[in-house]
Amino acid sequence: MALKTQKFVLEFERPVVELEEKIHEMREYALSSGLELDDDIKRLEKKAGQLRKEIYSNLTRWQRVQLARHPLRPYTLDYIGHMCSYFEELHGDRHFADDRAIVSGLAQLDEFSVIIIGQQKGRGTKDNLYRNFGMPNPEGYRKALRVMDLAVKFDKPIITLIDTPGAYPGIGAEERGQAEAIARNLFRMARMPVPLINVIIGEGASGGALGIGVGDRILMLENSWYSVISPEGCAAILWRDAAKAPEAAEAMKVSAPDLLELGIVDEIIKEPEGGAHHNTEQAAQIVKEAILRHLRELMQIPRRELLEQRLDKYSKMGSWKE
Amino acid sequence: MDWFKRKKEALKPVEKKELPDGLWIKCDNCGEIIYKKELEKKLYVCPKCDFHFRIGSDIYISILFDKGTFTEFNQSMKAADPLNFKDSRKYSDKYKATVKKTGMNEAVVTGTGQIEKHKVVMALMDFKFLGGSMGSVVGEKISRAIDLALENKQPMLILSSSGGARMHEGILSLMQMAKTSAKLARLAEHKIPYISILTNPTTGGTTASYAMLGDVHIAEPGALIGFAGPRVIKQTIGQDLPPGFQRSEFVQDHGFIDIIVHRHELKQRIASLLDFFAHQNNVA
Ligand SMILES: [Zn+2]
Repeated sequence: MALKTQKFVLEFERPVVELEEKIHEMREYALSSGLELDDDIKRLEKKAGQLRKEIYSNLTRWQRVQLARHPLRPYTLDYIGHMCSYFEELHGDRHFADDRAIVSGLAQLDEFSVIIIGQQKGRGTKDNLYRNFGMPNPEGYRKALRVMDLAVKFDKPIITLIDTPGAYPGIGAEERGQAEAIARNLFRMARMPVPLINVIIGEGASGGALGIGVGDRILMLENSWYSVISPEGCAAILWRDAAKAPEAAEAMKVSAPDLLELGIVDEIIKEPEGGAHHNTEQAAQIVKEAILRHLRELMQIPRRELLEQRLDKYSKMGSWKE
Repeated sequence: MDWFKRKKEALKPVEKKELPDGLWIKCDNCGEIIYKKELEKKLYVCPKCDFHFRIGSDIYISILFDKGTFTEFNQSMKAADPLNFKDSRKYSDKYKATVKKTGMNEAVVTGTGQIEKHKVVMALMDFKFLGGSMGSVVGEKISRAIDLALENKQPMLILSSSGGARMHEGILSLMQMAKTSAKLARLAEHKIPYISILTNPTTGGTTASYAMLGDVHIAEPGALIGFAGPRVIKQTIGQDLPPGFQRSEFVQDHGFIDIIVHRHELKQRIASLLDFFAHQNNVA
């Protein structure tokens, strides 16, 4: 298993990545020198595997947040590219603009023709500016709704892939009704008579995530996060110091296991060893299998019942005393 | 979502607006010294400049409802601290202290009553309880109120006064946006009117759910209404915000508020809307 040199390394990934690079070097050396190093390489590979297991089975919430933001992590279009045999992106909200922070389109996912919508981050500065760092404006949410209406009209299931650091907080966004755009999507998605699956693939920050995140099933990748505000935002307000984000991530319980325990998500999707960025293709395959499994179930449910179940699901969310 | 921040910044003058002891109150907008009894009679609107002082749910109830008709329900519901949340202090301690200080159990009061003889179900948020933040209890009480409006086939009213979702309940607070919006969607399917009244402030997750989903949106003059807080926006874009930004009049200009109503006319204008929706056109 040859590993390409990883360009961006998180602090806690470092020991494994360094070992992997060493193995890579040894393999090249063995090849060029003709020396027999197989035993040594095997030994080191075993060690790397153990180390990886050790590190990744004991991740803190903050480490998961960092993985969710890993610049090499697969994004919406990566998943679509690997999962779908057909994808035609549809642009624009038909009112104001095309928001590149959200992609939406028609797709074929094995036997199902579906609508896929997701926030899209950029890779590198230029691409990130183009994608507005995955932070949608109101027209992004309205494009999503416009395309979801196509799904309803032509009776197609809807898949949403969630990955955003938040809805964009700008003057134009407020002028064009960021709040109304998100509210409208919650209102409409709650009652769309087609199967609706939400997958949190990276960052699930607040209303910006929820704006395309209402459905019959909520799935969450192992190393993604989802909460009411970003750890930095929470830390800046409650700790009066954004640097306390790791503490805020712990306190708000933002990780996938937390959300499963709190009864919010239906399933945690296990990532390839070392995180989704370690093997995008494999990650996409795992996500695809999970979506298909849930989709096959949901397609069996009569639509009226589906809507009742969806309302029930949300009715139960929360915790109170009386 | 960031009511703490705003509390520190914008609430300083508002503290004084919160009707302190003593017979006289100074208007923060125009500086007029107002006799407290007079202000009360004027429904907490400055007689000189029309500045709308922030008031609690109890005062709104007395302003809007026919005398003695309001009956509260689910009054005893309280937060359960599902995350066992702690920053510099425990959420549960902070919550207890707030209950003691305000005499309220949560940031929303729900009940039934009559407005000019129209039977309605209403939820009134209250900023003095943790900045009117929306956690599980607020979401659940509003959801049950909407369910009751559907069951009774009575118009639904929500008066918002909230900095947004409550951070101390994490994802559960966020999901209250989805829950209340879903309930409103079902209510709408049954063609039951829903009137949203936005007061100062209505921001964050509250605006991005039920506050923006009314058949009619009424705002009080000068109320801060928006999604992101002004400071966050300023920080993000690195420039000053235009004058009047995110105030009722600005938000109406941009198409998200139907009518701005002076507090003195609030009851009458709501009653007229209820008359309109209740009216049946008979074919002669
Ligand atoms: Zn005044």
